[in-house]
Amino acid sequence: MTNPNNVTLTDNHTVEFVSGNALAIPTLRILKEDGTLHKGASLPDLDKETALKMYDTMSFIRVLDERMVAAQRQGRISFYMQCLGEEAAVTGSAGALDFEDMIMGQYREHAAIHYRGFTLDQFMNQMFSNEKDLGKGRQMPIHYGSNELNYMTISSPLGTQIPQATGYAYGQKLKGEGKCTICYFGEGAASEGDFHAGLNMAAVHKAPVIFFCRNNGYAISTPADEQFKGDGIATRGVGYGMKTIRVDGADLLAVYAATKEARRIAVEDHEPVLIEAIAYRLGAHSTSDDPSGYRSKEEEEKFRSNDPVERYRLWLVKQGWLNEEEDAKRIEQLRGDILDAVKKAEVIDKPAIDELITDVYEEPTPHLVKQLEDTKQHIKKYPDAYPVTAGRIS
Amino acid sequence: MATMNMLQAINNALDIAMAENDSTCIFGEDVGFFGGVFRATSNLQEKYGKERVFNTPLTEQGIAGFANGLAAQGSIPIAEIQFADYIFPAFDQIVNETAKFRYRSGNEFNVGNLVFRTPYGGGIAGGLYHSQSPEAYFSHTPGLKIAVPRNPYQAKGLLLASIRSKDPVVFFEPKKLYRASTGEVPEEDYEIPLGKAEVVKEGADITLLAWGAQFEAIEKAAEMAEKDGISCELIDLRSIVPWDVETVAKSVTKTGRLLINHEAPLTSGFGGEIAATIQEECFLYLESPIARVCGLDTPFPLAHEKEYMPDHLKTYEAIIRSVNF
Ligand SMILES: Cc1ncc(C[n+]2csc(CCOP(=O)(O)OP(=O)(O)O)c2C)c(N)n1
Repeated sequence: MTNPNNVTLTDNHTVEFVSGNALAIPTLRILKEDGTLHKGASLPDLDKETALKMYDTMSFIRVLDERMVAAQRQGRISFYMQCLGEEAAVTGSAGALDFEDMIMGQYREHAAIHYRGFTLDQFMNQMFSNEKDLGKGRQMPIHYGSNELNYMTISSPLGTQIPQATGYAYGQKLKGEGKCTICYFGEGAASEGDFHAGLNMAAVHKAPVIFFCRNNGYAISTPADEQFKGDGIATRGVGYGMKTIRVDGADLLAVYAATKEARRIAVEDHEPVLIEAIAYRLGAHSTSDDPSGYRSKEEEEKFRSNDPVERYRLWLVKQGWLNEEEDAKRIEQLRGDILDAVKKAEVIDKPAIDELITDVYEEPTPHLVKQLEDTKQHIKKYPDAYPVTAGRIS
Repeated sequence: MATMNMLQAINNALDIAMAENDSTCIFGEDVGFFGGVFRATSNLQEKYGKERVFNTPLTEQGIAGFANGLAAQGSIPIAEIQFADYIFPAFDQIVNETAKFRYRSGNEFNVGNLVFRTPYGGGIAGGLYHSQSPEAYFSHTPGLKIAVPRNPYQAKGLLLASIRSKDPVVFFEPKKLYRASTGEVPEEDYEIPLGKAEVVKEGADITLLAWGAQFEAIEKAAEMAEKDGISCELIDLRSIVPWDVETVAKSVTKTGRLLINHEAPLTSGFGGEIAATIQEECFLYLESPIARVCGLDTPFPLAHEKEYMPDHLKTYEAIIRSVNF
């Protein structure tokens, strides 16, 4: 520290301002679109098994997204959000972590929980809010979470997980577990006050947290240039005094390499890190959104050719690690499996009425017990009006 | 007269407000060219330009603070909070700043021209973060007015009154009714005064009180009760702060019974405030305890939304209990 103001004082005797884009942050790219490496780029240390596991996750998520968007259109689920275009950003980062590291997502990171082992049925049970849903049918589709898989349950209010990740990571450091927390969010959510609070506290208190910004160009209809000025989100990491890197979010190898090193910094040096992954949200924001109202087909087309899954697949084939014929078969098989899982999940009962009052407090309080009892008596009187629970009230 | 749904009526009111004063600005997440996620601000940016109708960064705290400053400067900010569930990041700015601007400065400064519009309420399979009815939190803060329309006609008239009010207003819009509720709406300018309830239907045996989307529940319950020969008086409160004690008390003095219906949880819901006041005003006229049919004291559920809702059947049952007390 140079002085009590905690700034570096370099004398200057003319009026000179540093411009908002003065920090031009470079973008790490390893894989080219044809599946070969950029000149000068080196491969991260990546074994075949991990490489294929990440590919399996990306292709699973792609098929899941495609089928569930269709299922939503058929009215089978109420809502869905896909991660088309961002598969590599999420999978590459999740793949670079240890299983015990905590993942705190925003909502478009289902690839990360799948990578950890969240099963097809678990996905379906959450989306259909049935009694097997770990979240007990309380949240909208895509709000996954699993304690067993170290994946914090998604909360809809944006940005709230950012300072929480700082606190969680600080706890990990205190316990000396050698673990870290990764926190995902969009470039839109980076405008929330919680973002600034979370990064500042992480920097000051040296929390082992990796802030992972998916800069996909849009927050619902709002393009990034109406969201913030300055050079991306990455410059803010530098502003908060933390190590920062920008990566090509469609390049799995770049994301993987960056996150591996970020994890090392977090865990060994006890420092927060910011990663900004540049991607494009190829799909609609959600199934309630229609992007044709705010962006052109040409723009979408331009990014469609920059397919993160295809790029990585080409590399795997070149490595001799992937058999194209088997891969095509597997994808076909997945489509069928997902459809079967939908059919299975949609006929499972909704959670029992008693779950209405559990988990509000550790134990239902007397007033809640009474409200439940009154509700049950009422349902018994009008069973037709409450078809989800009426048949199962004793 | 034109037939409009609630979104069109709101859009129409905003259009009138924008045309009448050049310093009126509309802003919030996605409200610009896209017209907001519910399309309440459609076409306004094309008409009035990007300086007056614009997207903000995704920060409710920023939106509310910015609105406070803009209002203090004398412009007329109409800020949209995309869902009432997401008004809480703005809570400090609204509760400590918007509400107290005039008071703390001895009226050296005020933000009276400010309106926060926000969609609230359930019935859309939104689960706990897209369904809340947070009006009671704001009612506890002196300095804020609160209004809730139940149909397109009210939405336009109440919104225009809110925009022109010299006090800041939090304007809750029942999103379940945005497209579902349609009706005749005058194309010309009109206002529905803040603080006035509407006696929608006269009756003799019990007063039923609700606001916003829940009005439908008491209407349906009243139809059921009428078949049993019970005559219900229906009141739409329309404004939560200030609320029309006189109209409600007058009605309860006549009917001797009151049932309040709201979607927010029972405990510390605004119904408790109404019950306490009416008990004071009408003690000698009451023939049964004031009834409250409300959401349960749990977060808003998803799978059990129907079970949770203070619907017409629960209301009907409460009417019967009240009349047979
Ligand atoms: C506090 C809060 N405000 C508003 C919303 C509504 N909302 C949900 S997603 C979203 C856009 C998020 O954009 P971004 O963070 O860039 O992530 P992306 O959807 O692009 O992945 C908005 C405004 C919300 N969920 N929470």
